[in-house]
Order: sequence, then structure tokens, then C-alpha cells
Amino acid sequence: MSTITTEELSATTLLRFATAGSVDDGKSTLVGRLLHDSKSVLTDQLEAVERVSASRGQEAPDLALLTDGLRAEREQGITIDVAYRYFATPRRRFILADTPGHVQYTRNMVTGASTAELTVILVDARNGVVEQTRRHAAIAALLRVPHAVLAVNKMDLVGYDEKVFAAIAKEFTAYATELGVPEVTAIPISALVGDNVVEPSANMDWYGGPTVLEHLETVPVAHDLSHCHARLPVQYVIRPQSADHPDYRGYAGQIAAGSFHVGEAVTVLPSGRASKIAGIDLLGEPVEVAWTTQSVTLLLEDDIDISRGDLIVPSKDAPATTQDIEATVCHVADAPLTVGHRVLLKHGTRTVKAIVKDIPSRLTLDDLSLHPHPGQLVANDIGRVKIRTAEPLPVDSYADSRRTGSFILIDPNDGTTLTAGMVGESFAAPDPVKDGIDDDGWDF
Amino acid sequence: MTAAATVSEETDSPYALSHLDALESEAVHIFREVAGEFERPVILFSGGKDSIVMLHLALKAFRPASVPFSLLHVDTGHNFPEVIDYRDRAVARHGLRLHVASVQDYIDRGVLKERPDGTRNPLQTVPLTEKIQQERFDAVFGGGRRDEEKARAKERVFSLRDEFSQWDPRRQRPELWNLYNGRHAPGEHVRVFPLSNWTELDVWQYIAREGIELPEIYYAHEREVFQRAGMWLTAGDWGGPKDGERVEKRLVRYRTVGDMSCTGAVDSDADTIEKVIVEIAASRLTERGATRADDKMSEAAMEDRKREGYF
Repeated sequence: MSTITTEELSATTLLRFATAGSVDDGKSTLVGRLLHDSKSVLTDQLEAVERVSASRGQEAPDLALLTDGLRAEREQGITIDVAYRYFATPRRRFILADTPGHVQYTRNMVTGASTAELTVILVDARNGVVEQTRRHAAIAALLRVPHAVLAVNKMDLVGYDEKVFAAIAKEFTAYATELGVPEVTAIPISALVGDNVVEPSANMDWYGGPTVLEHLETVPVAHDLSHCHARLPVQYVIRPQSADHPDYRGYAGQIAAGSFHVGEAVTVLPSGRASKIAGIDLLGEPVEVAWTTQSVTLLLEDDIDISRGDLIVPSKDAPATTQDIEATVCHVADAPLTVGHRVLLKHGTRTVKAIVKDIPSRLTLDDLSLHPHPGQLVANDIGRVKIRTAEPLPVDSYADSRRTGSFILIDPNDGTTLTAGMVGESFAAPDPVKDGIDDDGWDF
Repeated sequence: MTAAATVSEETDSPYALSHLDALESEAVHIFREVAGEFERPVILFSGGKDSIVMLHLALKAFRPASVPFSLLHVDTGHNFPEVIDYRDRAVARHGLRLHVASVQDYIDRGVLKERPDGTRNPLQTVPLTEKIQQERFDAVFGGGRRDEEKARAKERVFSLRDEFSQWDPRRQRPELWNLYNGRHAPGEHVRVFPLSNWTELDVWQYIAREGIELPEIYYAHEREVFQRAGMWLTAGDWGGPKDGERVEKRLVRYRTVGDMSCTGAVDSDADTIEKVIVEIAASRLTERGATRADDKMSEAAMEDRKREGYF
């Protein structure tokens, strides 16, 4: 096994991505292969896997043991909870949210996808697009993960047939596009043999696109900020009250979207008070401009009342505040969510009392049909919810901002996280099919 | 550091943060969330590199104000003198309050019993959890990273512990977006891991970038050591070589710092931070695999200790 060279230390950008696929699709093998072939599995970890595999009488090391960290997972041979993996190549650092694929763990895929820039959805080439595939695509679309990879696995078991791959890629891309998934890249692979995961496949010379790793290394991560609404949820007010800084009063937070610059006119929500940015501190150093996702401290020209939970926005681009929120939610707790449920709602840095006014529909992920007035949502259900909050909140549509368009519901009695919420429309309107799609690049 | 210096030149967007800036910003966000939502937070501080980086991040998060947290050291009684020295200097320099939970006290009082193998690492759990209860800490920052160990890979950034400080991996709260849920009942507390998404290499690259001082045992130096169970140990009050174990002088350094009885040194000539980074990048062993005896006890050693309240 070769080692990381010093030039690989220069990798500077970070990609967060999530994997989805059921056990039989070979997800663990794909993750194991990615870690192994990118030289991210170290000798003692591999030895541990070999030792346990051998003690169970398995002939080859079971790469799934690399990722199944809990006693119960190893005992049952299944992945129960999200695990996070880290690896690096010369071009990029990666945080992989390795999420279980079974339908009863939908909430875990939602968890993994909530911070992901890309989702890898695995299908078995022999089975093609199945219910579970559509479910994964729907969740990626709901969570508005910017990039999707369809990894058509087990190509070795279908004779590396281009037609099989092309048919699956076409069907999936049509479905995902209908849901509003902005970009789908389909890649034919064999995770077991290693075709097109890290190394290009010698068995599929008809495929001219990138390997999975190559695509992960090159997919663009940052958005164009010019289309973003600038938002700063105030986390904490910094007031040293020391001899050196008697009058310092800074509003600390992580910029959730867009950018702010010194001199800009801003409004504080929900109060609506206005001021101007007098200065921006980036962890103690003054800067002229700061942007998502930097943690900063804003200094304002006027001494106005601002506290944790407020949202600072450009005066020319302030969201409306509302006490009535309509959202798509994924219920993540074991106890059901019902109409009339009194909850806490955390949005940005603000937590307010709220009440579930209505559950107009539950989504059936298999065929995207709506079940009207289900009465309640149980664990792993996705549905539409109407919520009334005790105080007005400045919410964006999730389509515009994953940070300020999202919220969680919390049980006020025991603190359980109940529900993940996304404000506004559930699925993006399908884009008209663009002309001039590059046929050679398999950029479906 | 100016804004321009944080812009990565390798990407198409000028607004992409470098991986170190992204990790730093995330960790600062976590510190500020805790400062905003909890009454009595504390930072676990061992004088090891991860807790030193945590303290550095906390200092940056609240500048120009001071850190609104105190420090807690779980003292096994078998510490490297260089590390205790570093701890005391850091506390003095930043004007912080230090709480100490002492394993030796528990042994002296007969509450804890020395293990036959002499390691005190597993004995830390009781003093730690009792100190948390006594001081009514409601948020306890730990430097644990998910890349360290496969049970830690399952750990949340905000991890609720019950009144017995227990971790139940099957009852963790889902963690969505960056909306951390810090709700807890009286008697419960939340363990918070701001370095969750950092790797060992990230920590070292950040130490290099920020020019953070570390205890000198992290860099190669001549030291008298003896070999036990494949690890180079330093003799001390905790014990020394037994029959057949021979002391020799070697050029070594430490990749992790913990209890002297179970933390091994590695052969190394890396005496500068640049050399350490090159060495780690080329290493085929994880830091725990290389130098921690306590993780080798069983397949689920870390999970079992975490369930009991270990960090």
C-alpha cells in the first residue's frame, strides 16, 4: 500500500456528501472501496477487520466492518445509524455521511442529506430503478442536495453491458429531473471489482465519464452568492466590558447565506430596527466583507437592542416575518406528531413555542402520491404540516436557503428532536429539459 | 488574517472556504451555540493537542472578550510533567478557572481500586462524572474526533447524557443541518464535540497554520523508554519496567497524550511541526492504533467506556 505524499497535503476544499442505498446494493462495499482505494484505511484498522472477519469464519475481510461501529450493528450485520467518515485526496477533503438505506431509517438519510452537497444513490444493475431508488431520489430532492450521483453497481454481473446502464441512467434521470434534482451524474461501477470507483474500468471502454472519486473531486462545492439572500442569525452578543474595549458590542454568528460588507444598511428581525454595519470581525481580525459560512462578529453603527435569536439581514432584502409556517417535514421521533401537538420550534438561533395546526397530507415516497389528512405522522413519515408560532419568525423558503428555510421541532417535555422541517414547496418545479446535453460525457 | 487570505485559489468560486477555514468556522459556531444556550459549560482540558486546539478555537470565538467557560482536567495522577506544566501555564496566561477531578484522590479514599494492569485511563470515568454532577456543569466540551475510532464515528456533535452520564448510541437525537438541540433535564448534561469533523491531520495543519504551542513531548526527543505490549512507555511514579523489560534511550515522540501507563511513544525524528505533518501523512497506523493500549482491550472498548460516561 502506498502512502499519502506531501503534495496531497495541499488539498484545500471540503466536500460533504452522503451515500444512500440498501444493504444488498453494495453500499458498504462501495464505501469500503472508496476508503480503501483512496488509501484512507490504515493498517491497524484493516487488521482489526481481518481479525474479526476471520474469527467469524469469513474468507475475505468484510469491508462493512470498517463502517459499522456499534456493537449492535456488528451483531446484526446492518447499519443502524449515520456514521461519518473522513478521507482526502490530493484535490479535496471529504466528509462522508454513511447512512443506512432501509425505509425504517429514512430519518437517518434525511440527517445525512441535510448537510450534504452531493448524494450518491446506489442501484443494482440487475434490478435497475426500484422503489427504494425512487425513495432515495425523492429525499435528495426534498432536502435539495445540489448534486446527485447515480452509481449503477454490479456491472460485472450484467456483462458490463452499456445498454443496461444507459436504460437505468435514462429512467433515473427522467425521474430525478421531474422531482427537481438539479444535476444527475450516472456512473457504471462494480464496487466489488473496483471498476470506476477510484480507478477507471478496463471492462467498460464505452464509458467516457469520470470515476466516482474523480467526480467527487471535481464537482463544484460553493454556490454563486450573488443569488443568495444574506442572513446572519445572531448567536451571541460579545461584550468584553474591559478596559481595552469598554464600548465593544458585537453580534456573533455564522453567516447562513450570502455576504455582508462594511457600510451596508441592515435590518434586525423580528423587531425591524435598522442600522448600518460599522465593522466586521472575522475571529478577531477586521475584514471588509464576509460571506457564508464564515463565523463572524458584526458591529453596528447604532446601539440598538439585539439579542440571541435575532436575524440580521440587508435592509433591501429582508424576508417577511410570519407566525404561520407551511412546510414539508420528516418526522424523526418514535412518538407520532399529531394535530394540536404543542412543540418548540428551533429556527436559526431562535427557539419559540409553536402548535401543529394541521397535517394536510402525507407523502407516499414510492409513487409521490399524497395521502390527505393522515391525522398524524409517525417515525420516518414525510408530510405537509401547518404550524402556528407564538412569535413572528423571519423564515425563508427552503428552496432559497437551506439554512434559514429549515427548522426542527422539539418536544418541550423531554427535549426530544421530533421533526425536521423545510419551509415552502416540497419539490422544485421541474426545469425544462436543456438542449445540447453532452452525450459523450454521460452527464445525464 | 485578512479576508483575501482565506479564499481558496483552487476552486471556481472565490467564496469557497478552505477546509481548515470551514472546520474552524463550524467549531466556532458550536462554541457560540453552547455559550448562548447553556448555563454552566466547561471545557475538558488534558493538555493534549486536541484540547489545546479546542481552547484556541474558544479564544478566537469570543474575541475580544474572554472565554465564557472554565476548564476541567481529569488528572489520572500519571501525567507527563511537561503536560501539567503546559496546563498550568495556559490557565494562567488566559486567566481561566481550572477544575481538577483527581483519580489519585479516589484511590486514596478507597473509592476506586487500582487495576492489576496499572492503567488508570478507565478509572477516569467516575471522577469525571461526579465532578460534572457536583459542579452542575450542563455542557461539557470534549476534543473527541469521529475519525479516532469507529464508535466515535457514530457520535453526535451535541450528545445528551443522562443523570448517570451514560451514552446510549441507539437513542441519539438526529442532528439536522446545524440546528443543534441542547435541551436537557436537570441532572442531565450534553457532551459537545466541536472537533467532530476534524481528522488528526487537520488538527496538525491547523496547529501549524495558527502557530499554536504544544507540550514538547509531541516533538521528537531523546527519552528513556521500555517496551511493553509493542509500545514504548516512559517509567514514572506509575511504575516502570518489570522482569525482562529493558530501559533504553531512543529518539521518540508522542502522537497522543494521556495516562503515562497506557500512552506509548513512537520512534520518530520529527522535531518540527512540518516534519510531524509529513510523518502523520505517511503513517499507516491510526494514532490510537499506534499508541493507545486501552482501545485494544476489545472490539467495542471505546463504545463500552463511552456508554459508562467516558468522553
